[in-house]
Amino acid sequence: MKHVLPFEKPVVELKEKIAELKKFTSDSEIDLTDEITRLESRLEKLEAEVYGNMQPWDRVQMARHPERPTTLDYIHELFDLFIECHGDRYYGDDEAIVGGVAKYKGIPVTVIGHQRGKDTKENIRRNFGMPHPEGYRKALRLMKQAEKFGRPVICFIDTKGAYPGKAAEERGQSEAIARNLKEMAGLTVPVVCIVIGEGGSGGALALGVGDRIHMLENSTYSVISPEGAAALLWKDSNLAQKAAETMKITSYDLKELGIIDEVIPEVKGGAHRDVQAQATYIDDVLMETLKTLRSLTVEELLEQRWEKYKKIGAYTTLEG
Amino acid sequence: MIKGGINLLKDIFSKKKKYATIPNEESKQEVPEGLMLKCPECKKIYYRKELDKNLKVCPNCHHHYRMTARERIDSLFDANSFEEWDANLISENPLGFPGYLDKLEKDRKKSGINEAVVTGKGTINGFPAAIGVMDAHFRMGSMGSVVGEKIARAIEKAREQKLPFIIFTASGGARMQEGVLSLMQMTKTSMAIERFHQAGGLLITVMTHPTTGGVSASFASLGDYNLAEPGALIGFAGRRIIEQTIREKLPDDFQTAEFLLKHGQLDKVVHRHDMKELLTDLLDIHQPGGGQ
Repeated sequence: MKHVLPFEKPVVELKEKIAELKKFTSDSEIDLTDEITRLESRLEKLEAEVYGNMQPWDRVQMARHPERPTTLDYIHELFDLFIECHGDRYYGDDEAIVGGVAKYKGIPVTVIGHQRGKDTKENIRRNFGMPHPEGYRKALRLMKQAEKFGRPVICFIDTKGAYPGKAAEERGQSEAIARNLKEMAGLTVPVVCIVIGEGGSGGALALGVGDRIHMLENSTYSVISPEGAAALLWKDSNLAQKAAETMKITSYDLKELGIIDEVIPEVKGGAHRDVQAQATYIDDVLMETLKTLRSLTVEELLEQRWEKYKKIGAYTTLEG
Repeated sequence: MIKGGINLLKDIFSKKKKYATIPNEESKQEVPEGLMLKCPECKKIYYRKELDKNLKVCPNCHHHYRMTARERIDSLFDANSFEEWDANLISENPLGFPGYLDKLEKDRKKSGINEAVVTGKGTINGFPAAIGVMDAHFRMGSMGSVVGEKIARAIEKAREQKLPFIIFTASGGARMQEGVLSLMQMTKTSMAIERFHQAGGLLITVMTHPTTGGVSASFASLGDYNLAEPGALIGFAGRRIIEQTIREKLPDDFQTAEFLLKHGQLDKVVHRHDMKELLTDLLDIHQPGGGQ
């Protein structure tokens, strides 16, 4: 494990200790089996304590973990076939978003997702998973193609946000996002959105208008990053930890606020510990979701989608 | 240790101020109370009444001051034709954000409106139209649950009543204190627009100063006609964030209405004095019922 998060340090240290003792036992005459058993049961308790009691800030760290599986990792695990398609047909190909046609348990689908890199080189290529307008326009092109051929759309959300750059503004970042929101609202095929890492504001939302929105347990979805919120609200970006709690950005918070449909459990210690196992957790939910949505007529689908978003909000009427 | 001590001493004896007071957007844009005022652009001094009579446009350099929602409505709709919708809808505090409800209460008192958007219908030179006018005097025009709800409801009503819809935007973006609920208002409003669009409804958006973030990236950009007032700041990300990200200085006209026009994001930049006439002509072209 290359990257250890601060809160999970005790677990990792204990694991290393156990490994050390095991090696010592096998290499020498001295038998430490009893100690090892004792430590292993302690590890189990410690893991339950550490991972069972994660604070919002811990989850933020987990969502941003450099080894966290990306869209392409899950595509590889979940689909039998994936043909990636490139370009928005207007300007270029934005590699911060990947998309294409795939087969899911024999059913043709369209898959689209934000794509981060796992190292510097790949991150530069992928612009750290922060799309330009051409990325959103490519996504929309593929969604419209899915609509034409009656394929469900599956979106993986994993971005810090739409790229705040000069060129992005010149080419209409706002318009590209807004257009996707409007067009996704009217897609006549089922749309399933799964937040797999960070769901950063409008840049995430532009792939996030679906009939169902699910979130991996340790992913986040927010109007602004905790650092940004802290800087804006309290003029101090060091208060990010506090902002992560106040802003209600974890999967459980969003479930409670009635914004997402399901929290998809994660492998103990985070999705990056076992991407195959994690994919099966996603698979279970995705299969059920698609089964339900594909049984609806277009009218039912659109009406339910509208009802779902129409009711989001907290307001009351002023008396007198 | 010693070096730090010396610096501390230097600080005590130095009279140089470490921070400069930068006037914020609000104080720059606000028309100051009093008889006379000075244009923030051309520095010309004139009577306040002169400005009011001129629809809050500087008679000298044509700088467009901010308007309140009421002023905007009065400047466009035929006398006594405006009927307001959902005026009493107010926000709750869904995240339990400290001090949020007090801030809302204060802005309600200060601005005389209950939220950052006023919606309703009326006639413009005889043509019926529904409208949403945002007001940057209320929480910087930020979009929370109520702004999203009022706009979505108004668009739905316009669809049902087969009325064209006009939106004047003025907003700093999503309202932080309502967190992800405000983000979802982008979806809600855009969805209402898609339904309106499917029904053949005419949507005209007019972006006024400022239109940024979540509002710019949702309904503001979705008009059949996207218009803007001269000099209005319009953009997705803030200038400072972009400068920090790309590490270069941005041109002065970056994210102005004129900049957007040049880059193909707007149909037209419209002087406030010409607004009513242009809207009338657009409504006329789409009769009856704005295409529905």
